[in-house]
Amino acid sequence: MYNTFKQMLLDAVAGFGAVALFLLRIFGQLPSALLRPRLIASQIHNAGALSLVIIMICGLFVGMVLGLQGYDMLERFGSESALGSAAALALVKELGPVVAALLFAGRAGTALASEIGLMRATDQLVAMEIMAVDPFRYVVAPRFIGGVVALPLLTMIFIAIGIFGVQLIGVQQLGVDQGTFWSQMRGSVEVEDVMQGLIKGCVFGVACSLIAVYEGYTAAPTAEGVGRATTRTVVNSAVITLILDYMITAVML
Amino acid sequence: MSVEHSTTSNLVEIRDVYYSVGGRDIFQGLTLDVPRGKITAIMGPSGTGKTTLLRLITGQIRPSRGQVWVDGQDVSRLSRPALYALRQRIGMLFQNGALLTDLSVFENVAFPVREHTKLPEALIRHLVLTKLQAVGLRGAHGLMPHELSGGMARRVALARAMVRDPDLLIYDEPFAGLDPISMGVILRLLRNVNDALGMTSIVVSHDVDEIALVADISYILSAGKVVASGAPKALKEDQSPLVRQFMNGLPDGPVPFHYPAADYYSDLLD
Amino acid sequence: MQSSRATEVVTGAFVLFGFAALFFLVTQITNKELGIGSNDGYTLVANFENVGSLKVGAPVSMSGVTVGRVESISYDQDLYKAVVRIRINSKFNRIPNDSDASIMTAGLLGGQYIGVTAGGADQFFKDGGQFVIVQDALVLENLINKLAAGFAGNKTDSTGD
Repeated sequence: MYNTFKQMLLDAVAGFGAVALFLLRIFGQLPSALLRPRLIASQIHNAGALSLVIIMICGLFVGMVLGLQGYDMLERFGSESALGSAAALALVKELGPVVAALLFAGRAGTALASEIGLMRATDQLVAMEIMAVDPFRYVVAPRFIGGVVALPLLTMIFIAIGIFGVQLIGVQQLGVDQGTFWSQMRGSVEVEDVMQGLIKGCVFGVACSLIAVYEGYTAAPTAEGVGRATTRTVVNSAVITLILDYMITAVML
Repeated sequence: MSVEHSTTSNLVEIRDVYYSVGGRDIFQGLTLDVPRGKITAIMGPSGTGKTTLLRLITGQIRPSRGQVWVDGQDVSRLSRPALYALRQRIGMLFQNGALLTDLSVFENVAFPVREHTKLPEALIRHLVLTKLQAVGLRGAHGLMPHELSGGMARRVALARAMVRDPDLLIYDEPFAGLDPISMGVILRLLRNVNDALGMTSIVVSHDVDEIALVADISYILSAGKVVASGAPKALKEDQSPLVRQFMNGLPDGPVPFHYPAADYYSDLLD
Repeated sequence: MQSSRATEVVTGAFVLFGFAALFFLVTQITNKELGIGSNDGYTLVANFENVGSLKVGAPVSMSGVTVGRVESISYDQDLYKAVVRIRINSKFNRIPNDSDASIMTAGLLGGQYIGVTAGGADQFFKDGGQFVIVQDALVLENLINKLAAGFAGNKTDSTGD
């Protein structure tokens, strides 16, 4: 019992070490990867533009639910005029970054992991090594950068659409005064709050992209290995995102 | 110990190499030579580490003991940049081609050139189309890898492997899973490429008959060592039981038909 | 070639859309009329005995209208006073230089802000100007002490008369 626990702890520490070394190798290839804007653009397309539809639909519905629930709750205290500020703060600081990151892990993260895992399984990564091309430069770093750029942008889009959703329910349907809604929101949301959401988006972008490319790159070169890598990408991204969310909130609040 | 080594008539020299993975010994004192300008075949039953040998030669793994000399450099001692510089002179043909799935046939063949040189586009085009012509697929340069048959993919991969005119061309199971026509094409290409471009070739395979047609020298590996070597014709005549079993495809012999097991009858009676 | 062009267009649209969303969030849902870090406006200084729980970024208001923000709060070891630097929006360039600054509390539990009451001088504050008349933050303990002392003083006064 003690030994298995010790083993698990060791494995966890070794896992963090491996990921950290992996990140260092990516950083080593960042300069040469940045010289290929086309490669990065196509990865921003894969990670960002292809996740746009799901982000927008989910943002709209999260906002609409927030409108319904927020109104119902605030009405009990007779302060439904605070709906704008309450919903906007919730979206900007928590829901936007976290839900966008989870959706990103499910849509773009799994695509990244399975794509790189498949390249591993079909010897493409080894072939590059033999051709004296570092796969970190050609495969890993551009995908990592693409994800890191895409998620903060997706987060901002998610929040903006979410606020539109809140407004749709709160103002158009439940009759909160339009002027009150916006002025309350403007009165309580600070630029720092938006920046906090943006910082969270950036940190989650680094974490989720790193996990996806790491799991894909280290996948066992079999169909089963690729499947396991995508599963681990989603699970680890979700856990790490929520842990990081707590830590960032605790530091920045 | 210096990394220098007298340049001999051998491009690759494996000297007393030991390698084990996961507690299983793959090589125990392997020694063999690959002469320049010749086609050398590495043969042996499955699981004797033929592919592992290729990974040693290309520096993907390092032996626990012994040296791997490629053109006078000990691969196991090279730094990463030096290794990459050496690899630029090596071409390798993978079993399934290993074409980059997001690039067209043309771009796949152009890939090593674009990555390592700054040649003008017209010259790259000339280079790529020449190599594709050599493998008979110039007309397919616009296709994507998923549109190719297995034999075509391997020919494109061959064009890619030789696009920078490497000194050493390595073939990993080039005949596995091919129809007879594709097999014939690959066989002819192998011989032509080696002779026309003055390359050295290493072919890993267990297709005894095909190897006999093209190889200048064959090595048969077993239990981590070279058990027989020589011209394929000579090997055919070799009388040692293992070589005879392998060359003639006998089901039982020194390589047992049965996986090691407890006594048959006592197992059944349990 | 066509598909790579389409990819570029879609990617560009996505990135622009993302930045548009960020711009919308910063300008439309926040109260960003006095941007942090904008060089617009001028600085005034006020020295207080006690700033209470005044924070950097707190509003500075005249007659209830926000005219600036607290830029920095530091402590002067020679004066033994808190030095508060205030950034005033350049729109409000006619504040008499004998105006007074006091630290006030918004609502019962609200945050503290600086209230400026216009004086009567014909000279106006320039960049770097200093408030002469200031009123410190109210500290509850001091307030109670003062009240108690006041009561005691009133008593002695009345007996003396």
